[in-house]
Amino acid sequence: MTLDDYLYYIILPVLSVSILLVFVRFVKGPTISDRVVAVDLLVTSGIGIIAVYSILTHQPTFLDIALILALIGFLGTVAYSFYIQKRKNK
Amino acid sequence: MKTIILRTASNYMLPLLLVFSVFILLRGHYLPGGGFVGGLIASIAFVLHAFANGLGNTKNLIRIHPGFLMPVGLGLSFLSGLSPMLGVGKPFMTGIWYPEKIAVIGGLGSALFFDVGVYLVVVGVTLTIIFTISEST
Repeated sequence: MTLDDYLYYIILPVLSVSILLVFVRFVKGPTISDRVVAVDLLVTSGIGIIAVYSILTHQPTFLDIALILALIGFLGTVAYSFYIQKRKNK
Repeated sequence: MKTIILRTASNYMLPLLLVFSVFILLRGHYLPGGGFVGGLIASIAFVLHAFANGLGNTKNLIRIHPGFLMPVGLGLSFLSGLSPMLGVGKPFMTGIWYPEKIAVIGGLGSALFFDVGVYLVVVGVTLTIIFTISEST
């Protein structure tokens, strides 16, 4: 089993199933905090998929995009929690 | 927000993001990147610092009003477009390049100064918009 087969038949299906499960939590999500954590996890799974495609297509440029996405996803989660906290304090 | 984890993280993230934005800016000649994306990443660094430490501390860090960066960047871009007309007598916005490669930057030319101008304009516009919005709420 080569690395490409391993990535195609094991890593990508696992990431896809995890994105589906997280999306179920995102749709159901009883509170807004569940949805914020679900969005953060969706971004993280997307970073994993970008990394896999960067290996498969031999394009190191994709890793920079994954890095930017990680930083922006972190900022998004921080901003969401900032405003949730602000609303609770009122 | 008064959390020590976020404040400590943001102190390390600010220089990291600024260095990364300059890297994206310098790489933008033949690869993905450029002044616009670099400017957005630099402004994200300051927004994160403002979330963790409060808006006043970030304004003290920048010292000048970010709106001041807009005319400076526009002027730099315009001068870089004007330089082929004044220097070698070619049409407006022709790319002129220094013939030899330079260590960190790569090729030095008028396109690089144009990108630096775009970078400054994007940082100025984004920070002005975000600071104004977060002051009004």
